[in-house]
Amino acid sequence: MSSVADLSIRLEKLVGGDRVRAAESSLQDVAIGGRTPMTVLQPRSAEEVAEIVGFAAAEKLAIVACGSRSKLELGMPPQRYDLALDMTDLRQIAHYDPGDLTVSVDGGMPLNELAKTLAAKNQFLPLAVPCSSTSTVAGAIASGIDSTLRQQYGTARDFLIGAEFVDGTGKRCKSGGRVVKNVTGYDLHKLLIGSLGTLGVITRLNFRTFPLPESRCAYLAGFPTLEAALNFHAASLKSGLPFSDLELFDPEFGALLAGFLNKAGGSASESLVAGECHVFASFEGNAEVIQRIQSELRKRSEQANASHSETLDAQGSERMSGALREAFDLLRSVAPSVALLRIVLPQVTPGDLIELQQFAKKSSQRSAFILRACNVAYLALLADNEDAQTNAALEQVLSELFSRVEAKKGSATLLHAPLWLKDRISVWGTRRGDFALMQRVKQAFDPHNIFAPGRFVGGI
Amino acid sequence: MPARCVNHYSEYAARNCRRPLMDPALIRELKSLLGPANVLSQKEDLLLYEFDGSVEKARPEVVVFPHTTDDVSRIVKLAAKYQVPVVGRGAGTGLSGGALARGGGVMIVFARMNRILELDLENRRAVVQPGVVNLDITRAVEHAGLYFAPDPSSQKSCTIGGNVAENSGGPHTLAYGLTTNHVAALELVLPDGEIVRVGSHHGDAPGYDLCGLFVGSEGTLALVTEITVKLSRKAEAVKTLLAIFNAVGDASRTVVEMTASGITPAACEMLDGWTLRAVEDYINAGFPRDSAAVLLIEVEGLREAAESQAAAIAEICKANHAREVRTARDDRERELLWKGRRNAFGALGRLAPSNYVLDGVIPRSKLPEALEQIHAIGKKHGFQIGNIFHAGDGNLHPIVLYDPRDTEQFKRAIAAAQEIIRMCVSLGGALTGEHGVGMEKNELMPLLFSDADFDLMRRIHDAFNPDSSLNPGKIFPLSEGCGEIRVRKTGQAAGVRP
Repeated sequence: MSSVADLSIRLEKLVGGDRVRAAESSLQDVAIGGRTPMTVLQPRSAEEVAEIVGFAAAEKLAIVACGSRSKLELGMPPQRYDLALDMTDLRQIAHYDPGDLTVSVDGGMPLNELAKTLAAKNQFLPLAVPCSSTSTVAGAIASGIDSTLRQQYGTARDFLIGAEFVDGTGKRCKSGGRVVKNVTGYDLHKLLIGSLGTLGVITRLNFRTFPLPESRCAYLAGFPTLEAALNFHAASLKSGLPFSDLELFDPEFGALLAGFLNKAGGSASESLVAGECHVFASFEGNAEVIQRIQSELRKRSEQANASHSETLDAQGSERMSGALREAFDLLRSVAPSVALLRIVLPQVTPGDLIELQQFAKKSSQRSAFILRACNVAYLALLADNEDAQTNAALEQVLSELFSRVEAKKGSATLLHAPLWLKDRISVWGTRRGDFALMQRVKQAFDPHNIFAPGRFVGGI
Repeated sequence: MPARCVNHYSEYAARNCRRPLMDPALIRELKSLLGPANVLSQKEDLLLYEFDGSVEKARPEVVVFPHTTDDVSRIVKLAAKYQVPVVGRGAGTGLSGGALARGGGVMIVFARMNRILELDLENRRAVVQPGVVNLDITRAVEHAGLYFAPDPSSQKSCTIGGNVAENSGGPHTLAYGLTTNHVAALELVLPDGEIVRVGSHHGDAPGYDLCGLFVGSEGTLALVTEITVKLSRKAEAVKTLLAIFNAVGDASRTVVEMTASGITPAACEMLDGWTLRAVEDYINAGFPRDSAAVLLIEVEGLREAAESQAAAIAEICKANHAREVRTARDDRERELLWKGRRNAFGALGRLAPSNYVLDGVIPRSKLPEALEQIHAIGKKHGFQIGNIFHAGDGNLHPIVLYDPRDTEQFKRAIAAAQEIIRMCVSLGGALTGEHGVGMEKNELMPLLFSDADFDLMRRIHDAFNPDSSLNPGKIFPLSEGCGEIRVRKTGQAAGVRP
């Protein structure tokens, strides 16, 4: 291992002095769980990324690739962290073929900039992820964070059609292509989704794009009890109506949402009634489709004894959708100590959710809860102080929540938690039977274990 | 690039990978394990298994029919003990030689592992064995308004295990994606016999997307013994349109314009005049014989959405000189049109002793240009090439009719096929949209992938199948310098790097 000074000199030779940052403030910008690298590099091209990775592989230096740094905390802090790659200078659109509904974009491109380009051609990418004002395309993919449009458009694996990346030997590789249907070779790009940068440095991503809908609208209904809200939610899902998003949230999350909307200005927060559980459904299509869905939802919400309900127009819908998109960001910063769990169950019954929620409340913690599309739920345990007793209660509740979810054949992941808690609880839950296979994949991509070692499932 | 091995397996085997005759002790052990009724080893019994739907040919030395995952694991362990390669096979309908025993050895036919193990209609999941026929999944759940979306043309006979191996598609892939988009979990048997489960019933477990890796890996990483599939909800309304054109160019420009205008139908299939006349001779599906091309377009969704999409599509067709746009009036008419599409390959099969169905993909905007080039390539090599394909996603299926007994003609057919696939790549497309690489296109892989790409794919391959004992000689080029995975010489298990 080289000394820091020596390392900086050698890296400067590799990419130029202006691309190497070692000032404390720069290092703090990319800190993960209090751990900082020796230096931050800002490559200008995929070739430079390959050179840096090749160098790091030879020197056994651990690398973390960063975009906007908004989700660096996901997973565990890396066990080793020598170099941070600031990927934000790789931000070109390499190919955009509106006629084919495909786009090929550098990993460091901010999602909102890409959205503008696509919108100019009346298209969009259904990656409605948190930290949307800063998030980069590769960050959204590598983090695997939930998109609120999943109900209709699926996850990234449904519209990511190819990728270019640098593997752990410093070679530039690709998988997939730029056509919407392709089974040539192994689908390696799917492995990059949600891999937290542990397999390669993403330099370019190819997506299928989608036409912007004629219009988008939403429906919001409030219920006096969680059970009533869950019944409406289940009935809505069963109806087969095409929702782009369908979310249910408890009064605590509703209050957070109202606060967020108030801060942002506008009137959408008035639709949220304090103390109630809410179900939010957004949908898109032509005027007749919108009208039909609204009318069916109205009927169903009345049958489910909604205490109030309303149709949100395009603007109101966008504001509420935008706020819900930020649920992860909202929840992680709402209290001095937050443990944010992402729970997926094979089947979401009202009984299961009520049990989990009541269990979370038993610990005298505050909690906030949101049931998202496709049986994904976020449960945040909130503590106003970090004394020993509170911490012990938090840890105990969390451990039992993991056990209960796994007993129901579901999965739980700790998206956010104080560092001390991450050190005591496996953020990924119990190691699964296919862990050894994941290790083989990691070894194949990153034989020198230089990409974010320890950050991923089971310490990969 | 060295000459391909297509249909010259014996030559290839003699040169490269003929192992010594299989040890009879292995066959005895297999019979003892599975019972004699589940083991075939006589030459006449094996003949059926040397073919699939492709132009390739390779004979296994023994065929076995497991009933359980444990059977599969024990077979694999036995094969490993005798250093004999193993290839999995479903119904043998594949079109790229994926289920052929290129290295000889043991062929595991999953036909008797054909049970639907669990139906979870509430959560839209079915757990099935690999030998379940694709359409049987839909038949088992349609009473609940559900279906299994991937619909290869062979769906009445192809098995879900084969679909998973090849990541199969079908006409409705345009809206609903390939098999990979409809698989939540897999049970696998690795080359050492270990049984592992990947993915989860809910389809969203933390960790690398191993299902995404194994689906479409063409049996080169593991054998799939159980699949948890996602079921889809039947749409409230379906509209099926038949747009009739006097010029092929008008039909292809319609597809380009439809895509560019943001309309994504559930399916958009094209048949050229030559093909549709063959279909009419065969089953009388209602395609007008005097047309140059038809588009079979289907839209689905809420009634209101389907109506308006159908109207918008009809307008685009007319703007591109469709002479007529018909709408199927009922399910019977709709079924008839689809019957015509699904049986088109069979219809063409009546015109020549054999046909070679190609599978290439192009960016959709290049459709008119690609069809012109296919016509020119056919002319150059002396063939009338039919086109019946998934136009909406740019997945071409040119069909070359030939007589395999005529060696010179066969060589020309292969040359034309290769030229067409190269053309697809040169237009920005890919080698295969749904049939897989198999042993049909493995030598063409360097057109798309660099040495670095192959290095990584090889490391992934070796991470699971280090001795190339599973399905050797597939996906990776065997020629020197590309891929580095080739077939071992005499005395060693086939498919292993030298």
